Amino acid sequence: MANTNHEKKWSHPALTGSRVKEWSITGGVLFAFLIGIPLLSALPSDDAWYKISNFRLNLLGKFLSFAIVAVGLNLAWGYTGILSLGQGVYFGLGAYIMGMYLLLKVGVAGHYESVLPDFMVWNGLTEMPLFWRPMYYAAVALPLVIIVPVVASIGLGYLTFKSRVRGVYFAIVTQATAMILMLTLIGNQPYTGGTNGLNDFRTIFGMPLRGPDLPKTEFKLYLATVVILFGAYVLSRWIVRSKLGRVLTAIRDDEQRVRFTGYDVANFKIFIFAVAAAFAGIGGACFVPQVGIIAPANVGIVPSIEMTLWVAVGGRGTLVGPVIGAILVNSCKSGFSELYPGSWLYFLGALFLGVVVLFPQGVAGIARFFRRSRVGEKTLAETTVTTDGGKKINKFFSKLTLKKHKGKTKGS
Amino acid sequence: MRKETILYVENVTVSFDGFLALKDLNFYMGYNELRVVIGPNGAGKSTMLDVICGRTRPVKGRVIFGKDELSITKMSEHGIVQLGIGRKFQTPSLFTNLPVHANFELSLRKKRGVFSTLFAKLTSEDDDKIHEILEMVGLVEKRHEMAGSLSHGEKQWVELGMVLSQDPQLLLLDEPVAGMSIEETDETAKIINRIAESLGNKSIVVIDHDMDFVEKIARKVSVLHDGTLLCEGTFKEVQRDERVIEKYLGRKKGKEEESKT
Repeated sequence: MANTNHEKKWSHPALTGSRVKEWSITGGVLFAFLIGIPLLSALPSDDAWYKISNFRLNLLGKFLSFAIVAVGLNLAWGYTGILSLGQGVYFGLGAYIMGMYLLLKVGVAGHYESVLPDFMVWNGLTEMPLFWRPMYYAAVALPLVIIVPVVASIGLGYLTFKSRVRGVYFAIVTQATAMILMLTLIGNQPYTGGTNGLNDFRTIFGMPLRGPDLPKTEFKLYLATVVILFGAYVLSRWIVRSKLGRVLTAIRDDEQRVRFTGYDVANFKIFIFAVAAAFAGIGGACFVPQVGIIAPANVGIVPSIEMTLWVAVGGRGTLVGPVIGAILVNSCKSGFSELYPGSWLYFLGALFLGVVVLFPQGVAGIARFFRRSRVGEKTLAETTVTTDGGKKINKFFSKLTLKKHKGKTKGS
Repeated sequence: MRKETILYVENVTVSFDGFLALKDLNFYMGYNELRVVIGPNGAGKSTMLDVICGRTRPVKGRVIFGKDELSITKMSEHGIVQLGIGRKFQTPSLFTNLPVHANFELSLRKKRGVFSTLFAKLTSEDDDKIHEILEMVGLVEKRHEMAGSLSHGEKQWVELGMVLSQDPQLLLLDEPVAGMSIEETDETAKIINRIAESLGNKSIVVIDHDMDFVEKIARKVSVLHDGTLLCEGTFKEVQRDERVIEKYLGRKKGKEEESKT
């Protein structure tokens, strides 16, 4: 198939050719859709089928901030093979910085009419802790949303990757960091708000976060989140398609060979892990104003594992997969919990099991499979499907598509 | 005398939990030389290559490389590669989920930092170089295929091509024909001979078991036994050496017959 097109270049950088193009189209459609939903809803006519409520829009905005985290995690896990079970840490750092910025904007309008946030007052603090003071200024707080996670991730990356801690061991270390952050947040209530976290925000950039005008703010926050997510998507697409992107894939395939090809593997891992952390921090900062609270329960071990599930369900190593995964998993989560308040967790668990066992490549893997069999191209991705269930499903699909092909040839 | 030597391996001892894989090994390579290293299993052939390329650290001794006679004993693996030592492993080790040409592209002698890689553009010289390597290892037709989907023999060639793309001063080839068919082995011998004829200032170390293959490419042969150098000479000389016959060739024949049955 690939041999038939004799271009001049022997090694055209459009390496994966049509595959990348098709995913770009999928990405374009997805983002047009995400922008289209609220714009249609903003039309004057009432009760049209395409309208979604402010509540749903806000919920989708929350999912999209999760999607930003997933896009970053996918760069580390999907493309480079670094499984992090601690993305909640970087999500949390970004979210708490944003949260504190919003909280400090409340000023003396709080319950205790103090310049300090309410939780600090009832915990007996009399003055603002030094490390929170930069958050008074947006020009400082917003960059810190990225800088703090990046510095933290580089620190962890340097300690682990340079001494070649990898695979499961690295995953365990990252999980421990999630535990540490959660315990630190809970244990230092006067400074962090403890189990309750940061909440009761009033305004963001002068727009109200409560009262009758809230939907207008939420609408803008939603659009901002879509734009940021799109930026993250474009950036990760650029990284993946660069030579560095191929080095990342190479690291996933055979780290030692990369080393003996002259690359300092640890530096590349630190870089991509820091990018993932930056995305997680940004996702956290988008999450806070839309949800109105950030608490240890959002950043600990369980949320961190959920983040890997978004990527797994959407499809590791594809560009749009993580976005789809984050939206799909969280939609199912809130859908199940509304429909079956008593047993929704079982449904969610079943969904995860089903995906991991039957579709190890995620939603994107299913799409890819159908396209491959249509093109008649067979590549490694199918042969590397590891679980028995996956093989069975693939066999089932290939039977289906074989039938299709037979039908076509007979017809023509 | 010194200026003619590209690699000094001097008094190198390697210990694996007390087992001495190399014992006071001395091994020298000249410029523009193709050297074949043979020896029974466990003689320390691969370990020697591991020491040279920084994968294994010796407990004693030193390795000196190149015109500047740098000690590379304590250098990082990637640093050694950047100095100009390329290693091909025994079992093909390549980037299975990248097309063949991308395997070569990543191996080209270019800046290898994170950001220079991020902003790297493929120049037409790079492209020509990749084409040259593709032709040399006979994989032009397969350049767009995923390296992991190739046959075992082709994978060996991909890895050989990757090492060549690095444009190294010293090539270390660990059993380049392991698992190859007779035709593929012949083809590989041709490739290596072709490289050897246009070496310039480069040198190649080839390790192998396959005596037919060794005969096809051998100029000078070194025999390793029990972690030390047993003898050196032309293929014929080595074949006639009594110690070698006793310790290696004779024993190996017996072994081969065993393994065939």
